[in-house]
Amino acid sequence: MMWPHLRPWLDERLPLADLTETLRRKTVPHHQYSVWYYFGGMTLFLFGIQVGTGALLLLYYRPSATEAYESVQFIVTRVPFGWLIRSVHAWSGNLMVASAFAHLFSVLFLHAYRRPRELTWISGVLLLLLTLAFGFTGYLLPWNEVSFFATRVGTDLAATVPLVGNGLVRFMRGGNDVTGATLTRLFGFHVAILPAIATALGCLHLFLIQRHGMSVPPSVERRVTEGAGALRAIPFLPHFILRDLFAWTAVLALMAALSTFYPWELGAKADPFAPAPAGIRPEWYFLWAFETLKHLPPTIAGISGELLGVAAMGAGAATVLLLPFLAGHTPRARRLVLWVGVVALAFMAVMTGLALTGAVP
Amino acid sequence: MASDDRSGRRSVLNWLLGFWGTGVFGAVLYPVARYLAPPDLPEAATLSVSAGSARTLPPNSGRVVPFGPRPAIVIRTGAGELRAFSATCTHLDCTVQYRPDLQHIWCACHNGHYDLNGRNVAGPPPRPLDEVYDVNVKDDEIVITRRS
Ligand code: FES
Repeated sequence: MMWPHLRPWLDERLPLADLTETLRRKTVPHHQYSVWYYFGGMTLFLFGIQVGTGALLLLYYRPSATEAYESVQFIVTRVPFGWLIRSVHAWSGNLMVASAFAHLFSVLFLHAYRRPRELTWISGVLLLLLTLAFGFTGYLLPWNEVSFFATRVGTDLAATVPLVGNGLVRFMRGGNDVTGATLTRLFGFHVAILPAIATALGCLHLFLIQRHGMSVPPSVERRVTEGAGALRAIPFLPHFILRDLFAWTAVLALMAALSTFYPWELGAKADPFAPAPAGIRPEWYFLWAFETLKHLPPTIAGISGELLGVAAMGAGAATVLLLPFLAGHTPRARRLVLWVGVVALAFMAVMTGLALTGAVP
Repeated sequence: MASDDRSGRRSVLNWLLGFWGTGVFGAVLYPVARYLAPPDLPEAATLSVSAGSARTLPPNSGRVVPFGPRPAIVIRTGAGELRAFSATCTHLDCTVQYRPDLQHIWCACHNGHYDLNGRNVAGPPPRPLDEVYDVNVKDDEIVITRRS
């Protein structure tokens, strides 16, 4: 038996005992809302899947305008299980966005952003924005028609920003137009720069969560102080971890089913000199913004409609980012946060619904 | 006395440390920032291109062709007249197309409409198509030329 010898040897060199002791003592609050605690871990799990499948795709993918589409075609048609790896990467990316949004809204509705978790919230919002950036940069990589024009529209939106707009567009496109240079650039962001930032930020986020523990919603806290029962908690190891693992396995099964029965479409190869086909649209999580832009008139009170739209979205993002400092501490202020959150969610849902059902005239 | 001396020395050291840090940081950051902005490549100005055969472009139809690095659209109106415009939608950069059923130019991305003179008539496009080209036909070949 190696382990009895190995264990003391490792203990002498690594702080294993401290680590297991900390984990053993760690508990997680248990109440009627604790199911929402699992979405953060879920997002992390899906990120892991993305790193794994992404690394595998890299072995065959070629980031150039002449080869990208063909290399993805090669992956899904010739490489054994290539279709599965690509579909899982696409599906898991989408599920990750969904899970990250669910996490954000649950943290918002349970008011977990309150002191002392302001930095946890901010790092989380930045991670969500990074997730969206992953989606945006990854969308173009197969170099198909829909993603080509969606990227042209998406990057051109930045041009509406006063003063720095054109510089921003050139920065994202690697030139004035969406070309092979854009593909190479977004590829670099997708596989190197964004993962590096996301990993660092993710570590900070996890450290902060470990440091402050799970937040207990104010309503549960109040019930406890009013004496209606003590706050229950479950051990992190093994209870919470096992539940986490169970949820991850379920999502893994869901993903396998989705990838098998709904393999991700590749579409037609992008042709920069073909008209944009009908049905150009971004991924579903940008649809609400896309639909909003469609309904904005060219000018509102002499100002460009897009500029107003982009400014409103920027202001919205800033509000979300700084929420812990903007929201008051009273129950009334918390109700306001709740309502604003519900309205925002409803707006996004309605706009997405419109985009999905709206027939192209 | 001695402590005054020490704190004076400390502030000089702090200042030097800050100066050193800023210098290193700046020296690294500046080239990286410049590297991220793509260089300006001078484009050879395209003056005129061939837009294919005139015979294969029947009335009430259109065709998108490369004009240098950007697309251009050549249309033949219902009345048989040939016209050409830049095909880049002035809204958010999609490539427009000719819609025979509407008998005018249309952008699929956000449902933008342009008339046969390239003027924005409906939908989000804020201004007419950016360029109107001269169209000539030489032995069945359509040639579109940038207006001087
Ligand atoms: S890009 Fe043409 S209508 Fe929006």
